[in-house]
Amino acid sequence: MATAETLPQLLLENARRFPQKVALREKRFGIWQTITWSEVGRRVKDFSLGLAAMGLEKGQNIAIIGDNRPEWIIAELSAQVLGCASIGVYQDSVVEEVRYIVTNADVRYLVVEDQEQVDKVIELWDALRETVQSIIYYDPRGLRNYDLAELISFPAVETMGREFAEQNPTHFEESISAGRGEDIAIVSTTSGTTSRPKLACITHANLIAMAEGLTAVDAFQAHHEFVSFLPLSWIGEQMISVSCGLYVGFALNFPEEPETTAQDIREIGPHIMFAPPRIWENMVSNVQVKMEDSGWLKRRLFALALAWGTQIADAKFQGESLTLWQSMRERLAQVLVFSNLLDQLGLRRIRWAYTGGAALGPDVFRFFHALGINLKQGYGQTETTGICVIHRDGDIKFQTVGLPVPGAEVSIASDGEILAKGTMCFRQYYRDPVATRNTLLDEGWVKTGDAGYFDDDGHLIVIDRVSDVMQLHDGTTFSPQFIENKLKFSQYIREAVVFGGDFPFVTAMINIDFGNVGKWAENHHLSYTTYTDLAQKQEVYEIIRGAVEQTNDDLPPAARIRRFLLLHKELDADDAELTRTRKVRRGFIHDRYGELIDALYGNEDSIQILTDITYQDGSKAKLEIALRIEDLTPAEAELVPE
Amino acid sequence: MNRRMLELNNVEVIYDDVILVLKGLSLQVEEGQIVALLGSNGAGKSTTLKAVSGLLVPEDGEVTDGSIEFLGQMIHNQEPSRIVRKGIFQVMEGRRIFEHLNVEENLRAGAYTTPHRQQISEKLALVYEYFPRLAERKQQVAGFLSGGEQQMLAIGRALMATPKLMLLDEPSLGLAPLLVQEIFQIIERINQEQGTSILLVEQNARVALRIAKHAYIMENGRIVMDGTPEELSDNADVREFYLGFTERGQRKSYRDVKHYKRRKRWLS
Repeated sequence: MATAETLPQLLLENARRFPQKVALREKRFGIWQTITWSEVGRRVKDFSLGLAAMGLEKGQNIAIIGDNRPEWIIAELSAQVLGCASIGVYQDSVVEEVRYIVTNADVRYLVVEDQEQVDKVIELWDALRETVQSIIYYDPRGLRNYDLAELISFPAVETMGREFAEQNPTHFEESISAGRGEDIAIVSTTSGTTSRPKLACITHANLIAMAEGLTAVDAFQAHHEFVSFLPLSWIGEQMISVSCGLYVGFALNFPEEPETTAQDIREIGPHIMFAPPRIWENMVSNVQVKMEDSGWLKRRLFALALAWGTQIADAKFQGESLTLWQSMRERLAQVLVFSNLLDQLGLRRIRWAYTGGAALGPDVFRFFHALGINLKQGYGQTETTGICVIHRDGDIKFQTVGLPVPGAEVSIASDGEILAKGTMCFRQYYRDPVATRNTLLDEGWVKTGDAGYFDDDGHLIVIDRVSDVMQLHDGTTFSPQFIENKLKFSQYIREAVVFGGDFPFVTAMINIDFGNVGKWAENHHLSYTTYTDLAQKQEVYEIIRGAVEQTNDDLPPAARIRRFLLLHKELDADDAELTRTRKVRRGFIHDRYGELIDALYGNEDSIQILTDITYQDGSKAKLEIALRIEDLTPAEAELVPE
Repeated sequence: MNRRMLELNNVEVIYDDVILVLKGLSLQVEEGQIVALLGSNGAGKSTTLKAVSGLLVPEDGEVTDGSIEFLGQMIHNQEPSRIVRKGIFQVMEGRRIFEHLNVEENLRAGAYTTPHRQQISEKLALVYEYFPRLAERKQQVAGFLSGGEQQMLAIGRALMATPKLMLLDEPSLGLAPLLVQEIFQIIERINQEQGTSILLVEQNARVALRIAKHAYIMENGRIVMDGTPEELSDNADVREFYLGFTERGQRKSYRDVKHYKRRKRWLS
């Protein structure tokens, strides 16, 4: 199969190899609807020729905005058939973010899901009408009375494609065979934790090399199932569902709605799963909460099985072989407790589970291994097509991210920055030679921006962003992410932002976990209304103080948190405090909450602030609030002045 | 004034031992206040009222956690008849009058806690003063009254018990806008003149916020927000989801209703 150079060529191959095998499955009105590989081939033919009939040419781009649906994949592949790149825009982006991507990436055609996305585009229409030729939508609900001439439905484009095929019967096959590996397949937005997202150009060769590398590590099979529920605009989802899906030929399943995802995953029982830490963390806290609510016998059994499982997982992490006694316990725990639990979570058939995109806490890692789930950490970024380092089966250490993927080389620069090189490394940033030069070094090394080192077994350990790693006043190396991750082990802490490097001591802004703290409050007869109300309660400050003290116990004295506050709202991507992949944008928070940071380093025990809130529809509101600041400075310790 | 009359603290209600309807619900009504409880269908508003009045029990519901305090006494899970005597009267949703009795008989039924004839006739006069329409239809069979008159009768019947706290469940349900206005004016008068505290459950957020001193917004069995009507009317989420305004402050038209909803943030 190594002859295919581009994704559309892989598609044609799959349609020939197993025409009747399920390629995509979508749940509609509670029933799974299947699309076979030959049907995907036919629909891509219709839609791509429709785009050709409308005037899309090689070198132009299309953007896709919507939830994960078959149309998303069909539109992406159709653009690629014509030698064009597709750009995924996060479906929850606010209007300004859509404008930024669409205008900067020279998008000619927009493929959008529904009324919500169409409304965003219409709001921007004055800025876009010069360049964007058409808006193609695939969910017609509510759009009947829209009279914008450039609006056209997905099926109408497919019909145009069929007519076009009659005039040009060979255009589709010719376009596909003209495709080359070095053509740009997708333009992917970087996560943008430090600045606005950059647009990385990923070629077909990059995507296929990555799929080759990954399947060389873990042998995905065509009969495997995968549930695609994370945004397709995220490189991680592109890499597994689109690249590996086409490369191997396994089936992609799309949930009916975001809210039904958990149930839909259970129905499918996927063999492969890839998700950022947030999803795994949520699963753990769901299991914990449900277990607390279950009966006495179940609780005891679960606690026992988990204790055995953890012991066994630790033995495996150490590379020890299991004793007969341990193997028996492992089987028993599986049969009595875990098989049922995993079935509830939809993880019973999982062969490979991956986490990536950010660091996953050791406790969560250990939990899944105790359950018998083969959870592995991967490391990569948009610029390395999502992945360049991964754990191998049976060689998993939770403080590392594993070994380089075949085809990738990883080294450490003299200043500690991780560098990556290989066939999966991106070509360039879209029309941004300066940024490209800053990231892509000579001989093809990509600067990742992360600091790290290799351990004795050749595993890569990632510390933090290079720009965040600092020396404290007494010379201690300080990584805010390390402390933040420690704080987040507490089930009461959802997110934390730690400050320290430039300051005389370490402080933190903390987001409580509304669900878990709320439950705690209910159990303690503490009444509350909103998040803001709960976060400012004296009692809540006390339990968080406990969690902070616990974290401090494991830290060198200079890195201990002296003062913290609980934020009045959850950090939110609509307020640009998080990226669309829900990573903290430290620099932005630094600017936005300058007052709070000043107060953290001041002497007051509370601060009055006025902030802006941006709603999903772009409207804004003001919010005024007083926040309390908790001081943990030990009485005898003196604040060391700069 | 401002003495605490009713206080619900972290109330949890379960129906049939399995169905969790309210969890961690807390709210307060101060003496002489009108407090509105807003929320969409199935949020648990009626259950909250029934938990207070004790009418949960016949529906196999139970307050399983938390406390309900009325004038300093715990009243949760008590018999509804004892709670009525303490001065709480619930006007149930859908009016629930005795259809085969006439208007006056209906009203007298409401006064069953009052033994003295003299007092009963004084109260009758008071009800007729508030609801002149009922006075005109004293002898009519209640089932033949219009919807609005039936609602007046239900409120009038509650007034007969001279409650300290009246629980009103959707008084605007199924009524023409003019009638809704009339009934709400009367509710406001009763509150001011009789000093009756009122806990009002409404889907019609606009009219409820007009007369309330304080309002709570309820979703999925818990309070997500509370404040004065002014504070709530200024909140972007309340405006969007309860008052039907767009962000520019215009009333929404059904022609412009979207097939998607903005994510709620509940920031106050």
